[in-house]
Amino acid sequence: MSTVTVIDPTMTATREIEFRDALREAMSQEMRRDPRVFLLGEEVAQYNGAYKVSKGMLDEFGPRRIIDTPISESGFAGMAIGAAMMGLRPIVEFMSWSFSLVAADPILNNAPKMLYMSGGQFGCPIVFRGNDGAGGQLGSTHSWCVEGLYSNVPGLKMAIPSCPEDAKGLMTTAIRDDDPVFFLESERMLGMKGPVPEGDYLIPFGQAKVRREGTDCTLVSFGRPVNFCLDAAAELAKEGISCEVLDMRTIRPLDIDSIVRSVRKTNYCVVVDQSWSFGSPGSEVASQVHQHCFDDLDNFVHRVHSADVPTPYAFNLEQEYLPNARRICEAVRSCLYRA
Amino acid sequence: MSMLSEPSTSRPFDVHGKPGERTSAPATTGRRDLVDPALCRQWLRDMLMIREFENRCMQQYQDKKIGGFCHIYIGQEAIAVGCTAAVRPNDPIVTAYRDHGHALARGMAARHCMAEMFGKIGGCAKGKGGSMHMFDREHHLYGGHGIVGAQIPLGVGLAFACKYMDEVIDGRPNSRVALAFLGDGALNQGAIHEAMNLAGLLDIPCVIICENNGYSMGTSIHRGTTMGHDIISKAIGYGIDGYVVDGMDCLSVYHDMSAIVEKCRRESRPAFVDMRCYRFKGHSMSDPRKYRTPEEENQYASDDPIGRLKLHLEERGELPEAVLKEMQKEIRDEVREAIAWSEASPEPPMSELYHDVFVEPHGPFNGTSLPQMLQRKDLR
Ligand SMILES: Cc1ncc(C[n+]2csc(CCOP(=O)(O)OP(=O)(O)O)c2C)c(N)n1
Ligand SMILES: [Mg+2]
Repeated sequence: MSTVTVIDPTMTATREIEFRDALREAMSQEMRRDPRVFLLGEEVAQYNGAYKVSKGMLDEFGPRRIIDTPISESGFAGMAIGAAMMGLRPIVEFMSWSFSLVAADPILNNAPKMLYMSGGQFGCPIVFRGNDGAGGQLGSTHSWCVEGLYSNVPGLKMAIPSCPEDAKGLMTTAIRDDDPVFFLESERMLGMKGPVPEGDYLIPFGQAKVRREGTDCTLVSFGRPVNFCLDAAAELAKEGISCEVLDMRTIRPLDIDSIVRSVRKTNYCVVVDQSWSFGSPGSEVASQVHQHCFDDLDNFVHRVHSADVPTPYAFNLEQEYLPNARRICEAVRSCLYRA
Repeated sequence: MSMLSEPSTSRPFDVHGKPGERTSAPATTGRRDLVDPALCRQWLRDMLMIREFENRCMQQYQDKKIGGFCHIYIGQEAIAVGCTAAVRPNDPIVTAYRDHGHALARGMAARHCMAEMFGKIGGCAKGKGGSMHMFDREHHLYGGHGIVGAQIPLGVGLAFACKYMDEVIDGRPNSRVALAFLGDGALNQGAIHEAMNLAGLLDIPCVIICENNGYSMGTSIHRGTTMGHDIISKAIGYGIDGYVVDGMDCLSVYHDMSAIVEKCRRESRPAFVDMRCYRFKGHSMSDPRKYRTPEEENQYASDDPIGRLKLHLEERGELPEAVLKEMQKEIRDEVREAIAWSEASPEPPMSELYHDVFVEPHGPFNGTSLPQMLQRKDLR
């Protein structure tokens, strides 16, 4: 990747803000610097966003750039793609990625294929963003992890931040990217607070970040489950197991080099992915680790996914369904022959 | 309504409506007077060009030079030619898979269109799109789209972008209108209804043109579509003005579309056009057409849009025999040359497999490169 403007150390101070504020800062800063950027989606303007991510943006940018749409995902996603083909830079908010399924045709069949199908003539610089993943007791229709479905498609990029700082930096990169970016947020994390730099900064796609250093086992994850991994690593440390937690930040492109580097050091690898296991980003990572680290591994790559069932509603079932810290600890112990 | 402003004698077959049925169509111009005869001759030439191109296309398909699906535009030439004549060159256009006519009418050279179908590097999309996916940035053609109906939200988005660029970025009144074509069968796709609602709601200057040839593959409009005799009622339901236009008559198409397009441009509003026509050939190359009678086909064939424009010119002494002969010869030569050129054009090199996936080069992806037809052209 050539976009390598990492955080400027001389930049104005960081402060603690929420994940949703970090997203809004990125969008607002980009809208100030580039008039081609606009936001559309259900309830984004007058209602201030179903989850208040776009709060106040209508006041600053007006109704021509913060656009309320009807409940019409296929229609407005397609419309935004047409606008992107003309050179605008739309940000499409799906209230939830679960609702993007009715827009599967434009987002999968048009956006990621336009450049190729037109022989390089029409690109599609667009960001689709919204809440992804279970955890809010919304039942199976509203709890989709779309990364398993959508990351299969070539021609798109997929960013899945795990903390406010990354949310802002990855969103800025997503908006400036010339290709379609699927940006997966988590409703469970929107209120999460963390230090975020004030100015604008880019976090390059395809560069994993070591969230915790360790020597005994590599934990590979992205998005909300990174936080489960950090909890698990803290727990396992008490047992004398030192985990290295790698946050992929984007899964397309996938920073396999960082994973390989870590696994060569630890010789064990557990992948934690909240999508279902069959044909998932987690299975892809495992396959690539087996390919690149065959001689380095002291056990096969273990995987922790959401349970292979429709997402349950009941609180206890949903918690157990997720790749939670307890299940991660069990997988690590098993992988390290300490079960 | 302006259909058949020179009414032919009784037509036993009418695929569009039961004879005598009323429609909710407001009158379009009803004009089909001759504009500048030279311009008219140019349109005749464009229509003949599409006809010849498509006839040769069918041969090339039989000879297995063209793969995949191939949808022939014969019978509908007046629409692509009349509509493109009615808009400005920088008004964006998007259409479905029956797209060769639109590409040629918009100005794509026959060789790039043919080479695309041959899967050669000289094709408009370097052989990566095929018959159903013709793109031409220079001529503001935004595809060729294979999924029935998907292009209409895109077309509304093109128009949205035109308006946004003028009004929001440049602070001046909207200057462009997008044309988005679909078939009558596509009318039943949800995406179209979502797009019409958005266009009506957000005042988007997009003219949605339904090339109503009465059939969706083998399903006649009355078997698949409610209110099939009066489809503009669907657009009216979204607050969009609807018009019925005789798509078999290039002059009607031109006059009516000019009026509709200029109204949309002026008012920055969408419109919907029931462009009544008939496809003379099968749905695609593999269609035996068992669902309609030879009598019906013959009736429409005898009302050929090319014949109509020719007659119109001849009656006014504007088409000397020698001029027509010369025109036909030039066209035959041009299409023959396009085929030879496409044969000679190399297959895409294997590096193209990994080109145009992402704009930026990274990993195995090599970034993008423009097709031959756009090389050395400054496109802003
Ligand atoms: C979503 C989708 N469903 C089905 C098809 C297969 N298909 C291609 S064309 C067509 C008929 C469309 O008819 P119409 O819209 O009237 O256009 P025409 O072929 O008459 O130009 C069908 C069913 C498709 N391409 N896309
Ligand atoms: Mg049809």
